[in-house]
Amino acid sequence: MASGVPLQKTKTAVKRISSEEGWLNMASENESSGSKAVSDAPAKASLVNDPRVRAIFYQALLLAGVVWFFIYIFGNLNANRASQNIRTGFDFFGNTSSFDIGFTLIDYDRSSTFLDVLIVGFLNTMLVAVIGIILATILGFALGIARLSSNWIVARLATILVETFRNIPLLLQMFFWYFGVLKLMPGVKQSLELPLFIVFNNRGIVTPAPILSDNFNTVWIALLITIVAAFFVTRWANARQDATGIRPPAARINAAMIIGVTGAVWLISGASLNWSIPVLIGFNYQNGIHIPPEFLALLWALTIYTAVFIAEIVRAGILAVPTGQSEAAKSLGLKEGDRLRQVIIPQALRVIVPPLTSQYLNLTKNSSLAVAIGYPELVSVFMGTSLNQTGQAVEVVAVTMLIYLTLSLTTSAFMNWYNARIALTER
Amino acid sequence: MQKKLLLAALAATFGMSATASYAASHGAGTLQAVMDKGFVQCGVTGGVRGFSAPDENNNWTGLEVDFCRALASAIFDDADAVRYTPLTSTERFAALSSGEIDVLSRTTTWTMTRDTSLGINFVGVMFYDGQGFMVRKSDGITSALELGGASVCIEAGTTTELNAADYFSSNNIDVNTVVFEEQDEVLKAYEDGRCDVYTTDSSALAAERLNLEDPDAHLILSQIISKEPLGPSVRQGDDAWFNLNRWVYFLLLNAEELGVTQANVDDMLASDNPAIKRLLGVEGTYGDLIGVSNDWGYRIIKALGNYGEMYERHVGPNTEIGIARGVNALWTDGGIQYAPPIR
Repeated sequence: MASGVPLQKTKTAVKRISSEEGWLNMASENESSGSKAVSDAPAKASLVNDPRVRAIFYQALLLAGVVWFFIYIFGNLNANRASQNIRTGFDFFGNTSSFDIGFTLIDYDRSSTFLDVLIVGFLNTMLVAVIGIILATILGFALGIARLSSNWIVARLATILVETFRNIPLLLQMFFWYFGVLKLMPGVKQSLELPLFIVFNNRGIVTPAPILSDNFNTVWIALLITIVAAFFVTRWANARQDATGIRPPAARINAAMIIGVTGAVWLISGASLNWSIPVLIGFNYQNGIHIPPEFLALLWALTIYTAVFIAEIVRAGILAVPTGQSEAAKSLGLKEGDRLRQVIIPQALRVIVPPLTSQYLNLTKNSSLAVAIGYPELVSVFMGTSLNQTGQAVEVVAVTMLIYLTLSLTTSAFMNWYNARIALTER
Repeated sequence: MQKKLLLAALAATFGMSATASYAASHGAGTLQAVMDKGFVQCGVTGGVRGFSAPDENNNWTGLEVDFCRALASAIFDDADAVRYTPLTSTERFAALSSGEIDVLSRTTTWTMTRDTSLGINFVGVMFYDGQGFMVRKSDGITSALELGGASVCIEAGTTTELNAADYFSSNNIDVNTVVFEEQDEVLKAYEDGRCDVYTTDSSALAAERLNLEDPDAHLILSQIISKEPLGPSVRQGDDAWFNLNRWVYFLLLNAEELGVTQANVDDMLASDNPAIKRLLGVEGTYGDLIGVSNDWGYRIIKALGNYGEMYERHVGPNTEIGIARGVNALWTDGGIQYAPPIR
């Protein structure tokens, strides 16, 4: 009791101060108004003492501070650039780029604009990212399953691969694949001529390029229609299997339909397909499709680096499925492959997909390291050369960041959608 | 308590932006800032022999390094009061405009776009260069016009990239360009056979050829396809610093023209020639005009010699790079190096 009395006194003292100074001293005020509320309920706290109002007020204040900070920074930036006579704005997008890019998916030459440069870089990034994601997923799943294999050699080999490539920096791996392997490849004049007129040398791989006649479109349309039809045949086969337990030979029907119908249309339409064969003229092979070694090295480095991480994720996902599931499937008489495909993987996917998304994002972003080995992707041609030729660092960097952000968020959104689709649905 | 924290946070925010605005107004007063910190921060290449590269004792050396050393001699009477920042072609202008370096002396070509839209000013031309091509002797090429279908290795963010595109498209030659961020990688890719041609400023080609395993297997074509006046640059908006840089450069040329060398500079102090008296600060107060001691000329020549001596020391015919004076000779010797008089 002896300590209770001074406490009471303090509270009243605090209360007096706070009523004099308005909304100051929130913590002690809350405490006293809280204890008061128990005794006399109807006494309504004034607006300044309402914790909810206060919370909103502080948040608004902070937000205003942050907004003001960025406005200030931006103004400061522009003022400084103006005072240093540095050009600003996005007008440069329409200007002629005046430089060449070695590998482009669209038509581009030195008279194209900086906007074209941006598109070329973006497409090159997308190309390596999309193919890389597909290859890394396949390789990663294979490696992850191999690590769990009951075959000692397979499991150990997978472990060695995973531990090696997971623990070496990606940039070093890129240099290794590019400069290390490039040195071993034959020169143009000593090119390795593989079957099917494929040429392999230190300028990359040259394959024959198809030359299609104009009426080849009918063949494409036939192919598309048969593929769609095949999709329905598979659905019909699934339904039939669910209903009767007997599966119609859907795969064979589909193969026959796609090859047969498309082939027949091709013959009837008289569409021609010629090949442009690479030939050595002067310095290099002309004609055909050229795949530069920078692309191959980058794709390979990204694929293997990401695949070993995916392998670990897959392994974790499979191990997360209780052994009982596997045993139950075994007792149902399912074969090993079916056990994995029908029982284990669908359950493991729920664990695998969220971290897998991060790996996909990493792969896309890591492709920006390609600037070191000369692959003309977004960072190389836009944030490198274009930034340097225009001198407008702020704009160029901002646009590049925005593109990577959009790419990542799109990938993320897609993977979240997929994750929701395969998630355990409770009925 | 919460409120105090918030106030502290707000104060910190305001305080920070106040400092930011102070630091941002670095347009003026580079000389004072340099004097305060006691050294010149000089942006150089990652290593181009003859221009800026570390020697066997790991000291930076080269023609463009000597410009920075001359600046330091004028300001501090100590040619070693320089710190170096190796920069890639892509980084260099941002490093200068952000204030990370005081002067950019990095084989940078003086072009209209750079001079007008990057917020920098070129001081002068330390080396009149032009773009050339290096090829393998075994390819039997004698002219750049025979390069159709070739792969060309280039460093990113250079005028080289633009010149090559201009040259090949105007001659209807179809080539494949491979662009790298670092000069080392360009050279390596060329050496490994990724490219048939390495193109850059011909002076750099001469220097880089020595870094190849077998320099004699490679040939620099005689064609020069562009004008590449290489010189130091400073930030725009600081005229005092610009003037100092520019007159250090002019002093180097004037000293050569007047025959003042590192060896005879002490004797020259007693010279009767008024131009030499002004050059070495015996007469007049020319140092005051650019904010340094009046004997700035004597300091520079004593420490480093004149422009001709620098040239002969780093890139001249007697060095491993071996580039004749050519257009880089003084106007009195048939070249185009010319400096306004100190008076």
